[in-house]
Amino acid sequence: MAPIVVTLGMVSLLTDVSSESVAAILPLYLTATVGLSTVAYGFVDGIYQGVSSLVRVVGGFAADRGGHPKWVALAGYLISCVSRFVLLLATGLGAISAVIAADRIGKGLRTAPRDAMIAAASPPEQLGRAFGVHRTLDTIGAVLGPLVAFSLLWWIPDGFHAVLLVSFAFAVLGVALLGLLVSDRETRVRAHATHEPFHWRALTDPRLTRLLVVAGGLALLTVGDGFVYLALLDRGGFATHWFPLMYVGTNIAYLALAVPLGRLADRVGRARVVVGGHVALAAAYLVVAGPMTSTTSTLAALALLGTFYAATDGVVAALAGGIVDPAVRASGIAAAQSTVAVARMASSAGFGILWFALGPATALVVVATVLGAALPAAHLALRGLDRPVLTGATP
Amino acid sequence: MSPVLRRILSPNGRAVAFVAVALAVVGTVAAYVLGDAARYHSLHTAAPVVASVPEGRIADGPRIVFRHTGVDSKYGVVAMVALDDPGGPRAFTDLACDRLDATRTGASCLQTKRGVVTRYDLLELDRHWKVTDKIALPGLPSRTRLSPDGSLVATTTFVAGHSYMQTGFSTSTEIRHVDGTSYGDLEKFHLLIDGHDSQPADRNIWGVTFVDDRTFYATVATGGRTYLVRGDLPSRTLRTLRTNAECPSVSPDGTRIAYKVRAPGSGLPHWSIGVLDLVTNHEQVLRRETASVDDQVEWLDDDTLLYGLAREHEAGVTDVWRIDARANARPHLLIEQAWSPAVVRR
Repeated sequence: MAPIVVTLGMVSLLTDVSSESVAAILPLYLTATVGLSTVAYGFVDGIYQGVSSLVRVVGGFAADRGGHPKWVALAGYLISCVSRFVLLLATGLGAISAVIAADRIGKGLRTAPRDAMIAAASPPEQLGRAFGVHRTLDTIGAVLGPLVAFSLLWWIPDGFHAVLLVSFAFAVLGVALLGLLVSDRETRVRAHATHEPFHWRALTDPRLTRLLVVAGGLALLTVGDGFVYLALLDRGGFATHWFPLMYVGTNIAYLALAVPLGRLADRVGRARVVVGGHVALAAAYLVVAGPMTSTTSTLAALALLGTFYAATDGVVAALAGGIVDPAVRASGIAAAQSTVAVARMASSAGFGILWFALGPATALVVVATVLGAALPAAHLALRGLDRPVLTGATP
Repeated sequence: MSPVLRRILSPNGRAVAFVAVALAVVGTVAAYVLGDAARYHSLHTAAPVVASVPEGRIADGPRIVFRHTGVDSKYGVVAMVALDDPGGPRAFTDLACDRLDATRTGASCLQTKRGVVTRYDLLELDRHWKVTDKIALPGLPSRTRLSPDGSLVATTTFVAGHSYMQTGFSTSTEIRHVDGTSYGDLEKFHLLIDGHDSQPADRNIWGVTFVDDRTFYATVATGGRTYLVRGDLPSRTLRTLRTNAECPSVSPDGTRIAYKVRAPGSGLPHWSIGVLDLVTNHEQVLRRETASVDDQVEWLDDDTLLYGLAREHEAGVTDVWRIDARANARPHLLIEQAWSPAVVRR
C-alpha cells in the first residue's frame, strides 16, 4: 500500500469530519439561530443537488490537462475550507446559500483528481484495495463529524459558532496535510511515464463508454437512501427518533466492508463485485418491502445498503481508473462518477412518482425486480473490462 | 534556491511545518471553545432582564402564552403575560418548547432534545402544564396548532433526512386527537386542485389552522406553487382555494384568514402578511411591515394579528409584533424576547 493512499485517506477523513459536522447541525442552525423557515431551508438544500457532479468533470479535465492532480485537488479542498470560514460570518439566507454552493464546488473539483492520485500511486492489481482503504478513512470522518458536532452542542447548546469553527479547523488540517505532506511529483510520475499528452481521443475508449452506459443504467435503478429510510419509517421498522441514525448504520457497514470488498474486487474482478453490490441493493429493497418489519429487518436493510456502497463506490472508481489511459485518468473517473450522480438524481425524481402511485413497498419491489432483471445483462457487458490496459497503453 | 527555503521544502521541513500548523489550529480552537463554553454557562445562569411574576397571577386569566427568547436562565421556556398587559411582567412555567399553542383546556409543545441522537417530541399538556402524552416526531419542529376546543392537535415537522447532500427537504404534517388516534400524514388525504382530483408526488403540506373539529385550513405546495387549502377531516379531503398563501391562520370569528404571501421573484423568499376576507374573497396585503414575516401568524382578536420576528444581530432572540389586519396598518412591538405566541381568551 502506497503511503500516499493513507495520507489522502487522512485528508478525506479530516475534511469529512469538517463537512459532516456542519451538515449535521445545518438544519438546526438555520432554523434555530439564523431564523429561517422550513421552506427557506429547502431553498438552501436545493443548492446541493447537482452542483457537485457538474464541477467534477471540470476537476478531472483540469487535472489531466495540466498533469498536476495535486494542485487541482488542493484548490478544491481550499475552496471548501475557505467556505467554512465564511460560513462563520454569513448571516442571511443569500450569503449562506452562496457559501454552501462554494463548498459543493470545492467538493466537485477535488474528487476526481484525488481518485486519480490514488490510482496513480497504486499498482493496477491493488486498485480495489487502495480505494477500499481510502473510502474507509473517508467514512470514518463522515461518522465522526456528526458526533463531534452534537457533542459540542450538548456541552454548549447554542454553540453553533463553536461547531463551525471546529469544522473550519478540521478543514485547515486537511488542506495542510495535503499541501505539505503529499508531493506533487509522486502523483504525476505515472502519467508522465507514458509520454502521452492529454488527448480527448483517449476518453473515447469503447470500454469506458461501456462502463458509463452500464454504471449510468444501474444508477437509474438505484433509489436514494432517503427513500429507503422513509420506507422503513413508513412501514414501522423503527421509531422516528432513530431516523438520523439510519445514515450512521449504513456507514458502519460501509466502513467494515470497504477494504475486504476492495481486495475481493482485485482478486475476482471489479466488474463482478460491482454487479454483486447491486444484488445486495436489490436484496435491501426486498427486505424493506417484505412482510417482516422489525429491528432485525431494519438492521439487515442497512447492512445490505452499506454492502452496496462498499462494493460500488470505490470499486467503480478503480474500474474507471484501470480502464482508461493514465493521461486521462482523472477525466475518466470523473466521467464515471458524474454519470452515476446524475442518473441517481433522475432516478430519485422518478421513484418519488412511483412511491405515490404504488406505495413504498410495491414501488421498491418493482425497482428490485427490474434491477434483478438488468443485472445479468450488466454482468455480460462489464465482463472483460477488468483486463488491465495500463501495460498495453504504455509503449 | 536559498538553503533556508530548500530546508523548509524538504520532506522533514514540511512535516515540521504541518505539526506547527496543527498545533496552532488546535490551540486556537480549543481556546475559543473553552471561552464559548464559559460564556454560555455564565449567560444562561443569569436572571431574565424582563420583569417576572409568579405563575398563579396570570395562569387562569385571559393571557398570551409564548416561548421566552431572552438569553438567560429561562431561554426557551414557556412564559405568559396577561392579555390586557402584554408588555408587563411575565410568568414562567417549567417547560421548554420550540413551538407551542395553548387553549383554555391545555397546550401542545414541540420540543427538541439535543444530544448525539437529537430527538423531537410533541408534548400534550393539560391546563396545569402537566404532560399527558408524549409522541416522537420525525423531524425539526415547525408549526403546531390546537383546535378551538383543544381536542385536536396539528403538528408540522420538517424532515431533513440524515445528510444535507443526499435528500431533499420535505415536511410532515399530521393531525391527531389529543390523547388518541391520528389521522396520519395529510399527504395521504385526497387533494383537489381547482376542483380536480390530483395526487402529485412532490406535494408538501404545512401550517394547519382549525375552524372547528371538522374543518381546517393549511398550505399545500406542489409544482413550485403554494396553495391555500380547506381541509375536511371526516372525508379526508383537501381543496385548493387560491395560490400564494402559506401558513394560514383563521380569525376567531371565522370570517378572515391571514397567511404569508411571497413576493414575486426567485431567490430569497420575502413574505408579507395577506388577509383574506372569506365572505368577499378580497385579499389585503399588509405592506407596511417591511420585514420578511416567516411565521404562522396568530389572531390577538378579530382585527389584530401577532407574529414573531428574529432580532437582527442578536442570535436566537425574537420579539412578538402586533399589526392591525388592514392594508395600511403599521406594526408595533408587543412582547419583547418572545416567540410562538398563543392567545388564550376566556
